[in-house]
Amino acid sequence: MSKILVVAEVSAGKLKKTTHSAISFARLAGMPFDVLVIGHGVGAAVEELRAFGAGAVKVADDARFAHYVGEVFAPTVSAAASGYSVVAVTASSFGKDLAPRVAARLGAGFASDIAGVEASGGVLSYKRPMYAGNALATMQVTTATQVVSARQSEFEAAAPSGGASPVEAVAAVDAPLAGRVEFVSFDEVKSARPELAEAKVVVSGGRSLKSAEGFKTVLEPLVDVMGAAMGASRAAVDAGYVPNDLQVGQTGKVVAPKLYIAVGISGAIQHIAGMKNSKVIVAINKDPEAPIFQLADYGLVADLYKAVPELTEAVKKIRAEG
Amino acid sequence: MKILVPLKRTADPDNANKIKIGAGGAKIETTGLEPKANPFDEYAVEASLRLLENGQTKARIAGDKLTIVSFGPKEAATNIRQALAMGGDDGLLFHADDESLDGDLVARALAKVVEQQKPDLVVLGKQAVDGDSNQVGQILAELLQWPSATFAMSIELSADKKTAIVGREVDGGVIKLKLTLPAVISVDLRIVAPKSVVNHVTPATFAYPEGARFTPLPMIIKAKTKPIVEAPIASLGVDAALKSKYVSFALPPARKGGVKVKDVAELVQKLRTEAKVL
Repeated sequence: MSKILVVAEVSAGKLKKTTHSAISFARLAGMPFDVLVIGHGVGAAVEELRAFGAGAVKVADDARFAHYVGEVFAPTVSAAASGYSVVAVTASSFGKDLAPRVAARLGAGFASDIAGVEASGGVLSYKRPMYAGNALATMQVTTATQVVSARQSEFEAAAPSGGASPVEAVAAVDAPLAGRVEFVSFDEVKSARPELAEAKVVVSGGRSLKSAEGFKTVLEPLVDVMGAAMGASRAAVDAGYVPNDLQVGQTGKVVAPKLYIAVGISGAIQHIAGMKNSKVIVAINKDPEAPIFQLADYGLVADLYKAVPELTEAVKKIRAEG
Repeated sequence: MKILVPLKRTADPDNANKIKIGAGGAKIETTGLEPKANPFDEYAVEASLRLLENGQTKARIAGDKLTIVSFGPKEAATNIRQALAMGGDDGLLFHADDESLDGDLVARALAKVVEQQKPDLVVLGKQAVDGDSNQVGQILAELLQWPSATFAMSIELSADKKTAIVGREVDGGVIKLKLTLPAVISVDLRIVAPKSVVNHVTPATFAYPEGARFTPLPMIIKAKTKPIVEAPIASLGVDAALKSKYVSFALPPARKGGVKVKDVAELVQKLRTEAKVL
């Protein structure tokens, strides 16, 4: 019987929302699935995951898994994958690092960052965006075991379906490379804002904001009054205004919020790849020829230093009125 | 120290919206798009050069070497040559059609090249901008059983060159890993920031210009005489069977542009009453 193993993402013992997209993939693939939780002190995450209709929630809880290190996780995940036809994970930075390693260990084919799945006659076909989303490929994996990473923005977070899946312990497998790679530190960027890939509203800034200070003083008030996540174009990241994990685009995050506001972003191909599936797109740019206007639902040709504070005030007023 | 950088020839990513789909969705046509080195691989070349030189004097550390390897059509020699003009020492080109390759086969072929070349580091781009898979570095590391780091935004090589501390830019922050060489490092955008690479030879006060270096004419001329060894990929003796197959290709549904609003007041009104998102 074909079966899927979903690998959950846990950070400091807490279940990450990315996991729900991989579960959603498993449901769409139409096969029974189990979930593997690998980490340390993951009891609460396991409890939470029992309510999603998994055949079992498998748990590898070990001090060695306190921090994610691919070389340390991959042997245990690969061993746990025995007997499954598909191993699925969400294509977050965790999933992108782990999935190909597991594929290599299993000698399995890998479908990376997929945007859709279709099951027909027992065969899974995957949709994958390529060339910065300018082509959509249909591909199949031809090995007996397949490894898949699912794009979070394309697989809506699964909701609990009730029930209480049984919990099974999985033994941690020794990692031969553990002595040659050492976790040093995790400098977490603490933010009260929602995560980019999960936010309902995203406000992104481009190079026109001119500095880190520009992001802080002009963009952030709008981000916060909207309760939005903050994003940025690659140009703004390249210029060092904001960290790379805020980058929206082909090589950054792919987002599909209800509302995407692009501020001072011209709309380079690689940025569009990361946001074109947003439900409503607003663009504010002083260049009327900027390509972003070709896909924006609402375009405002204006100086962002005037328009953004104005918009911030207007939204503030609406919020105050309730 | 010896570094190997794999480099992929890709269609100009800045014009990726001009690709076409062949009859019946059989293939992606990139005719008319200028073939360029994958930008992330160029960053890998830049990061490697910064590991191998004194940035201030531009002098290569004695005995150090940078080899560029590519799998692709004969024309990929041009792209290898560009990396040699940046400062690479020699190149290897294994002939193959793009259709006959996938990330898994490239990683298996690279593992063979590593066995032959015995580098201390393989530095590569985190993903190629055509396939957008982000997989070769991770698969290669597993095949070689070498430690590795993906999404690298900083590399600090220890003075004895036995270890490297690599900063990985991941969701929510930066993870630092200490790798014992030999190792695989796949690089992200910020590896070419002015002080991202530390080798304890370049003075700490020295800052590189942002980005991959430009190649002055004398370097381009010099690169013409640097060796590029070419061979069919079959000479590496890897199983040519692919683990995945592409069934068809299509253009994504186009998104239509909407309206221009005249001011913030109109924008707010439309977002409230029409789009209902405020």
